[in-house]
Formats: sequence, structure tokens, C-alpha cells
Amino acid sequence: MNQQIISAAAQGAAESANPLLPNPWEMGVVLAGFAVLFYIVVKFVVPMFEKTFAERAEAIEGGIAKAEKAQAEASAALEEYKQQLHDARAEANRIREEARAEGAQILAELKTKAAAESARITEQAHAQIESERQAAVVSLRSEVGTLATTLAERIVGESLSDDERAARVVDRFLADLETQSAGAAK
Amino acid sequence: MIALALPAQDSGTFTPPGIDQMHLPAILPWGASDGFSKQMLLVILSVVLIATFFIAAARKQQLVPGKLQFAGEMAYGFVRNSIAKDIIGGRDFMKYVPLLFTLFFFILVNNIYGAIPVIQLPSFSHVGGAYVLAAVVYVTWIGIGIKKNGLKYFKLATVPSGVPWFILPIVVPIEIISNFLVRPVTHSLRLFATMMAGHLIVMIAGSGIEFLVSQENVLLKGASVLVLVGAIAMYMLEALIMVLQAYVFTLLTAIYIEGALHADSH
Repeated sequence: MNQQIISAAAQGAAESANPLLPNPWEMGVVLAGFAVLFYIVVKFVVPMFEKTFAERAEAIEGGIAKAEKAQAEASAALEEYKQQLHDARAEANRIREEARAEGAQILAELKTKAAAESARITEQAHAQIESERQAAVVSLRSEVGTLATTLAERIVGESLSDDERAARVVDRFLADLETQSAGAAK
Repeated sequence: MIALALPAQDSGTFTPPGIDQMHLPAILPWGASDGFSKQMLLVILSVVLIATFFIAAARKQQLVPGKLQFAGEMAYGFVRNSIAKDIIGGRDFMKYVPLLFTLFFFILVNNIYGAIPVIQLPSFSHVGGAYVLAAVVYVTWIGIGIKKNGLKYFKLATVPSGVPWFILPIVVPIEIISNFLVRPVTHSLRLFATMMAGHLIVMIAGSGIEFLVSQENVLLKGASVLVLVGAIAMYMLEALIMVLQAYVFTLLTAIYIEGALHADSH
């Protein structure tokens, strides 16, 4: 049986002993299969994968760009706020300085004004006192004369013999004088 | 099946299966020596499998991929980035991605058949397919070279720059032979030979185990276990080689295309 098989193999060998000789039908099938697969890959597989890749890359890069933009905006805003804060501080300082200077100026003005006022008041008071004194002196001068004459008249009129009576007259005169001056004071 | 039937006799002689057992009878008409073969069916099946898988994976186009899409993108990205982009370069590699991608997965699936029980037949264990693919690549890279550099391409490809004139008579024939004659042959035979050898080893191991088991001597029967262990180790190695050869074939294609594109700078 072995012999038979070997001889059969030998017969077969006559047809296809050389493994380097191709079967044209197989070549045709491989070529056709490869061509069909290549067409499918070119037409569908590669474009679909590439589209997905491109979309993904775009999504990632878009996200990065968006984040960078947001970052830039945020830092710009921060910078702006810092600048504003700085300006505001400077403004506040300036205002404070101005206020202080103004205050000092006002204070100085007030001081000089007050001093002037007080000097004026003092002056006025002095002048008033002086004038009143003058008036008092004038009225006293005129009154003392009349008083003296009135007193003298009374004393003379009452008969100057009685000392006691004379003393009473003087007392009454003085009392009159006091009530007179009290009424005048009122 | 012929291979397994061969040494059924428990006489003392072992007839290993050879090249002639590489050819199965046809499927259609059944059992004929010529006709629609298992190889052809497997090639067609591979086209269907690859196309179905990648279209299904790529169809949804989600930005956050699901499992299937992720697997497809990994596979596609491997050829696109690790082979096409790395070898051919950043600017014009995209044009050649479809070819490299198709080559890689066409060869990969047709090789892996050899590692799948029952199928157990790498399509390129027959030389025809390997010739066809190598020819496609050969025509492609020469076409690219001519398109890029005109007919001057043949001078660029065969006359290396910076070589003294008196060595040129030796170098130019070597370049012609190595680039234009040997290259397509090695390109196709490398794939074919590894696949055929792997398939042959599986056949020999299978028939050897059967032969040993059918012996009456207990020690010889036991020795079949050793063959089985060796066969499993070879099977693992073959599985590796199947993937590796698909990669090597595609990588070489990329290198040839790159060489044709940048012939003036080589």
C-alpha cells in the first residue's frame, strides 16, 4: 500500500513537483481578493478612520485652544483688576493727601481767622469799656455837682441847728439815692 | 488528510509527507485534482472577514471609541503610524497607508489560518499568492520611483552616489540585480517559504505522531509524546512567524516605497 501511495505521489509529482510553480487560478483569486479588499480599504476604511482621527484631533486641539483662550482672558481680566486696584489706591492716596493738605490749610485759616476775631473782639471790648468809662466819668461829673447842690439845699432848708436832724436828712438822701440808682439799674 | 493517511501502515518505515502533499484536492468539484481549492475559499473568506471587521469598527466614528472601534483603530493605527509614518515619513505617507494596511491584514489573516485548528492552512503556503502580492508591490514602487524622478530614477536606483568611477562597473550590476531582480523574488519567496515550511512541519509532526502511536513497541508509542511537545512548541513558533512575516512583508514594502520616493537622497 505504501508503494501504491508513493507511486501516486510520484504521479502527482509529475504535475506539481516544483513548489515554485504557481497555480494561475490561485494567483487570480489572490489578485482579485486583494483588489477587492484594497478597494474597500481605500473607499471606506481609511477615510472613516482618518475622519475619526481628524475629528478627535480637532476636538482635543479645539479644547486646548478654548482653554488657552479662557486662560488668557482670565489673566487679562486679572491684570485689569490689578491695574484698577492700583489706580484706585493711588487715587485714594491722592485724595487723602489732598484732604490732609486742605484740612491743614483750613485749620490754619481758621486759626488766623479766630485770632483776628478774638483780637477784634478784645479791641471792641476795650473800646466799649473805654467809652463807657468816659460816659460814666461824664455823667458822674455832671451828677456829682447836682447831687452836691441838692444835698446842700436840703441841708440848708432843714435848719442846720439840729445835728440829729441833719444826720437824718443825710441818711434819707442817701437812701433816695440808692433807690434811684437801683431803679436806674433796672 | 493525505498526509495523515500516509504512514498508517505499522511497518518499520516512515514516509514523511512532502511538498506534494501541500496540494489538497479541490473542493469544487469535490476531490478533483484541479478546481476551486480550499486555498481560494480561504482567500475570499479573508477578504470578507477583514472588510467586515474594519467597516464595523470604523463605521460609528465616535470621538470616544467603543471596544470594537478601539480595536480597529489600534490595528489601523499600527500600520498607519508604526509602519507607514515611521518608514515613509511625515509628509506623504498617507497616500500609501491603504496599500500597506491592505497588505498587512490580508497577509496576516491568510497566515493566521495556519494556526487555527481545522482550517490549518496558510494561504501563502502556495506560491501563487505570494508572487501576486510581491508583483503588486514591485510595480507600485517602480511606478512611484518613475513618477517621482522620471526615467532618471533607474540611474538613481542603480548608481550610488559617492562611489569612485572605477568601482562603478562592479557596483552597478550588483545594484541592478539586487534591486530589480532579486528584490521581488526574495520578497515573495520569504513569505511563501516560511508559510510552506511551517505548514510542512505541522504535517510532518502530525504524521509522525500518528506513525509512532500506531507502533506496537510501547517505547515508540511513548515517544510520540515528545513529538507532540515539539510540535506544540513549533506551533507557537509558527504562530509568531505568521504574524512576523505579515509585518516583514509590509515593512519591506514601506521601505521599498520610501526608497523609490527618496531615490535622489540615497
